[in-house]
Amino acid sequence: MSDTATTTGGTLAVPSAAPAETRATRLRNFWSDYRRSPVAVVSLAVIVVLLFVSFGAPLVSPQDPYDMAALDWMDAFLGPGTVGSGGYVHVLGTDNAGRDMLSAIFYGLRTSFVIGLSAGALALTIGICVGLTAAYFGGRIEALLMRIVDLQLSMPAILLALVLVAVLGQGIGQIVLALVVAQYAYFARTTHGAATVERGKDYIEAARSTPLPTRRVLFRHLLPNVMPPLIVVATVQVASAIALEATLSFLGVGLPLTEPSLGSMISNGFKYIHTDRYWLSIYPGIFLMITVVAINLVGDQVRTVLDPRRSR
Amino acid sequence: MTEPLLQIDAVSKRFSRRPGLLTRGLDRLTGTDSAVTVHALTDVSLDVPRGEVMGIVGESGCGKSTLGRIVSGIYAPTDGEVKLDGKPVAQGPDGNVQKLTTRVQMIHQDPFASLNPRMKVGETIAEGPRLHGLMTGEEARQRVRQLLRQVGLEGAYANRLPHQFSGGQRQRIAIARALAMEPELLVLDEAVASLDVSIQAQVLNLFMDLRRELDLTALFISHDLSVVRHVCDRVAIMYLGRVVELATAEELYARPMHPYTEALFASVPTLGTGRAAFKPIKGEIPSPIDPPPGCAFHPRCPFAGPRCRAEVPRLKPSPQGRSVACHLHDGGTGSEETPREVAA
Repeated sequence: MSDTATTTGGTLAVPSAAPAETRATRLRNFWSDYRRSPVAVVSLAVIVVLLFVSFGAPLVSPQDPYDMAALDWMDAFLGPGTVGSGGYVHVLGTDNAGRDMLSAIFYGLRTSFVIGLSAGALALTIGICVGLTAAYFGGRIEALLMRIVDLQLSMPAILLALVLVAVLGQGIGQIVLALVVAQYAYFARTTHGAATVERGKDYIEAARSTPLPTRRVLFRHLLPNVMPPLIVVATVQVASAIALEATLSFLGVGLPLTEPSLGSMISNGFKYIHTDRYWLSIYPGIFLMITVVAINLVGDQVRTVLDPRRSR
Repeated sequence: MTEPLLQIDAVSKRFSRRPGLLTRGLDRLTGTDSAVTVHALTDVSLDVPRGEVMGIVGESGCGKSTLGRIVSGIYAPTDGEVKLDGKPVAQGPDGNVQKLTTRVQMIHQDPFASLNPRMKVGETIAEGPRLHGLMTGEEARQRVRQLLRQVGLEGAYANRLPHQFSGGQRQRIAIARALAMEPELLVLDEAVASLDVSIQAQVLNLFMDLRRELDLTALFISHDLSVVRHVCDRVAIMYLGRVVELATAEELYARPMHPYTEALFASVPTLGTGRAAFKPIKGEIPSPIDPPPGCAFHPRCPFAGPRCRAEVPRLKPSPQGRSVACHLHDGGTGSEETPREVAA
């Protein structure tokens, strides 16, 4: 609409101020509901801390673990809490190359988040488009799209991702692409299921008979009402994308050595698991687990809060 | 008032379900046919002049809601045409209908389902007019408040979500949404059926007031005969996808001509006259998948003769200036004895 463009400067401020205010109150309401679950608040705090240390890894970690010049093989296999040649405490010990484990975990976590979030966001977008199109238009389009999705869901995601990575080669972009292809089907299926329920409701019919443009019916009426299950699936899928990437890296087909991740660290330490050098695998594993669990718990609470039929 | 506002011209609607691939293969092997076709509407023609409220009455499954949806441009008719002011309401194949006019608006039965639960009611009301350029910016906010007051709600309610309202209030919001499009024809599909009786009266009175104020034309679909009598100028009685009787409300209620109309009135429980007044129509409504030959009502009709089983009665204007589709009023049913006199 041209309403903002044609209004004069004086009246322009009025309509734009009101929505911003209501959005703020909506956010405040959301938060006051969200914090009713202490577990979810702690999980959110954990995620915030993990995001901070991973994306701020160069600032907070004691060492750049992938600057080969900074590494000293004399520091290899130091146990947690030992002071190394750098003169600081290796809180979680060092690995076989003398890397500070804590620093390596922060950097690895960053890779995991980048991959998990971008794969999740892309898969969500594609899945929504596929699912909404199928549910709204029905008929042959629906049959075709959903059979493809079903076909994909019948295969384990890890298998599909493995094959794709093998074909596409290594690298962050390739991994993300493989994960998106493996995961969009979950979003498409969820969107389709929820949208099939919603499309038969009178408010969609009312919107169509107004008439509103199809795109508006899809994205302003149908989509907001299928969002709650999608947000939950999205958090689960971000967590599982992180886990999938770790698995691929653990299997050795994930990221190249220049882009270390939690998975390759676990894989690297796995060789020493039967010696007393437990910290090489255990600590990256614990971080991976905390990340995945925290994301899932946050998603669960978000679903509870977003239910419109829940009384305030 | 020469040209009727709404013309429903020989509209038929069939819903067919094509069986799946496997069933079709089996059909070919065994020589059967599993394709199912529901005859929801058959050859319905109605004219609604400007300013009139036309009632559509019938049992559930008689096609009255389908008719409402076709008039509102949600379904495409299989045959025939619906025109508003001489122009078609919608075009395009079934399943991908494009509604062409904003001047027909619909009000649904269930106000708990007809409002988007995640959209503020002000936005719901303003959305259509905004997209069609009927109102813009600050003007829209004013207009939404005015509309809310017009349907008996407070202007400040615009910022609330549907779940904060009661059923009656929601139906008022749905009415405001329809009015925002400045319609000429309202289609009310059982618009008060899901409300409490006291709320029904309020919403009906609101509708009557608005009708007078805005000079609305309306298609009032209902199964409730007393509500229809109160609200409508003319009434069409439908049975199994066909209009069987059409008359002014006054005449219809005074002297029903079609046996089905008569039976319908007899089945309404009335106060004061005791239990004997309640007389259900015998038998079940036949399946629209396989409608009976001849007159669709003949299996349940006490006056049915051989002609009723063979020949479909046409909706014909009777000498009294009303339309009825019954052989009783059009040369007899073909049985030897005449069971009763044609209503004088």
